[in-house]
Amino acid sequence: MTEKQKNYTRRDFLKTTGIATGALIGGGVIGGLVGFNANKTDQGLSNVATPEKHTMQVSQGFQFFQNKKDFDILSNATERIFPKDDLGPGAIDLGVGYFIDHQLAGQYGSNTKEYMQGPFAVGAPTQGYQSRLSRAELFKQGIAKLEEESNSRFKKGFLELEGKQMDEILTAFQNDEVAMVGTTSSFFFRLLRTSTLEGAFSDPMYGGNRNMDGWRMKGFPGHQMAYANVIESDKFQKIEPMSLGQM
Amino acid sequence: MATTLPKVDVVTVGIGWVGGIVAAECAKAGLKVIGLERGEKRGTEDYQKVHDEYRYAVRYELMQNLSKETITIRNHRKMPALPMRQMSSFLLGLGLGGSGTHWNGHNWRFLPYDFQIKTMTDEKYGPNKLSKDYLLQDWGVTYDELEPYFYKFEQTAGISGEDTNPFWGKRAQPFPTPPMKKTPILKKFESATQKLGYTPFMLPSANLSEPYTNPDGQAINACQYCGFCERFGCEYGAKTSPEITVVPTAIKTGNFEARFRSNVVEVIKKGNKVTGVKYLDTLSGEEFIQPAEVVVLTSYVMNNAKLLMVSNIGEQYNPDTGRGTLGKNYCYQILPGATGYFEEQMNTFMGAGALGMTIDDYNGDNFDHSDLDFIHGGSISLTQTGSRPIETNPIQRDTPTWGAEFKKNSIYNFTRTLGIGTQGASMPHKENFLSLDSNYKDAYGLPLLQMTYNFTDQDRALHKYITEVCTNIMKEMGAKTVEGKNVITDYDIVGYQTTHNTGGTIMGSSPDNSVVNKYLQHWDAENLFVIGAGNFPHNGGYNPTGTVAALAYQSADAIIKYSKTGGSLV
Repeated sequence: MTEKQKNYTRRDFLKTTGIATGALIGGGVIGGLVGFNANKTDQGLSNVATPEKHTMQVSQGFQFFQNKKDFDILSNATERIFPKDDLGPGAIDLGVGYFIDHQLAGQYGSNTKEYMQGPFAVGAPTQGYQSRLSRAELFKQGIAKLEEESNSRFKKGFLELEGKQMDEILTAFQNDEVAMVGTTSSFFFRLLRTSTLEGAFSDPMYGGNRNMDGWRMKGFPGHQMAYANVIESDKFQKIEPMSLGQM
Repeated sequence: MATTLPKVDVVTVGIGWVGGIVAAECAKAGLKVIGLERGEKRGTEDYQKVHDEYRYAVRYELMQNLSKETITIRNHRKMPALPMRQMSSFLLGLGLGGSGTHWNGHNWRFLPYDFQIKTMTDEKYGPNKLSKDYLLQDWGVTYDELEPYFYKFEQTAGISGEDTNPFWGKRAQPFPTPPMKKTPILKKFESATQKLGYTPFMLPSANLSEPYTNPDGQAINACQYCGFCERFGCEYGAKTSPEITVVPTAIKTGNFEARFRSNVVEVIKKGNKVTGVKYLDTLSGEEFIQPAEVVVLTSYVMNNAKLLMVSNIGEQYNPDTGRGTLGKNYCYQILPGATGYFEEQMNTFMGAGALGMTIDDYNGDNFDHSDLDFIHGGSISLTQTGSRPIETNPIQRDTPTWGAEFKKNSIYNFTRTLGIGTQGASMPHKENFLSLDSNYKDAYGLPLLQMTYNFTDQDRALHKYITEVCTNIMKEMGAKTVEGKNVITDYDIVGYQTTHNTGGTIMGSSPDNSVVNKYLQHWDAENLFVIGAGNFPHNGGYNPTGTVAALAYQSADAIIKYSKTGGSLV
């Protein structure tokens, strides 16, 4: 028996689970596929496709960031916005950093559905976003500025700061006290806050809301087909959440 | 060089509610109709994985791609207009069904008062109730004339409701289907408003209470209360939309062709008539001329106005002289309301777009305005549309917007917060209008539409007064803490408000005060019809779709008549 024959090949996996025949589709299976360890013959299928495993495994790579330090600065900033507490995980454990990384690599990061033609002018606040910068450029610069501001205030990198010191810097951004090129620090802060919440509460297929814990904390059951039978009940309904991948 | 295609009887620009209604009625009457839609074909089969708040509600999957086309915005004429680079304040639809795909399904008939607002205001309060800067005018059509057409749409859509509201216009027929389920959340609003002496009733809904087959034979399913309605398509075919009703009805006749990825760039006018439209196939880049006996503009408010402007049809409104009608009377919607923070957990995540209860005690002229510095009002509703977690993070004003306190409070409040909202009327003002921008262009080289708009004193007074009413109701509902909406100052395009834009191509009784006559036939080109909320000379105190659809049905009858007789219909 050759080494290849002993191993459980990707093709075997596809066959046995019915994916190859199109019987199953969705994030749960795709997740299981990516997480499947082809070098172990004793890998049971039940170990592969659990939501806990697939959400942990699919998202941990960089599509946008190159430098781990930049990613860690971003992740730590999101954690201050949505911190871990006795209610449950914070932004880091929910995978928010990976969510933002994936978004910045795509349409969101390059503003492809938005009007980006010049001439550019500052405009009044009531006229909305007027920057020439894409979100990808904005995040890159914002992260660099977080580090820069940290060095100038505390003579330390952002990742070496105490939580309270990070909050001080984020507050300075929020209050527009940090100069940025082509945008304002308050705008970057708003974007950071919004994308943190998006990562915490979007479907886990996007890389955040790991294990649907963002939804669990809020009592939101995710994707449910129908509430027609329970919507008239006076009692609050605790429902185990479902993701689109489990559909 | 554009390729000229064979002539058809009717061409519509856009296939949403209005394009679909015109197509269905004209095709049933034997006219050959082509619908030009710049977006894609879509239907219920495309909505099976739609419970995705991020993709649909946050990233606007079903909406217009602004890199192709947007508008520019300024609050007043002295401010340089800049492009709306991201969508926020209102959401422009794209694709088959248009906004009729992503709507919530609130279906109203504007009040009899709305259609004769100028006459009725002058009669009751004298001619100086509002300053002459407010361009109030009658619509040139009455509620009674539209009544059969309101009902025709309600039948097509299977609207669920109850005729117990003492304030709305007389109905000749009951609603086609009974009202939706009255949930515990709705009952809180019902008993509070009853205690305060008001008359609550179930909101007329296009999320149907039971399966229904419309007079054209199209089936609509029963709503499942899944909580994903506005900004989503319905995976059950239970939210009435053009693609499950009027569009298949038109196709069934064999007289209708829907042409997709077809972006109309010009209405071609020769003398006192139009000859057809020029459009671009956005896939191949080829240009076509589609000749037609009748051209019907059936796209959204913005694009209907823009197409007339770039095609040089009609006279652009000039706020200095008051001359011109095109672009005039652009209005929005004023949104008073209150938020209530409760102690008990409620099933706030369940719901449907049009699941709600309403009072009309503060709508139209249903209350005395003698001592008030505004006219009109709005319908006040509590809707249980289904809270979703990315965009629903309720915190009180004194709570920080991020960090530990934010997290704790927004999670606690998610299932303990209710809102009361108002569809507040918006009155036309001489400084609020649409025109063409002179600096910015769309992807096809045409100028962007320019919006000059700000809230007025009338709007601010209405907002403040009705917010207090909402606050009192919320207190009566037993909320522990109640916060009324902040007073409004300047219109800001940041933050979603409402996709109830109106005016710019208004209807009326004379070419001096309107773009189209009561049949929505253009005053300057008898075979050109312009239909949509752009026809509203002011915006009323309800969501606009029911009234837009009634106008479209009336106009479709007029188009059929015109195709036999020709000439002006008035």
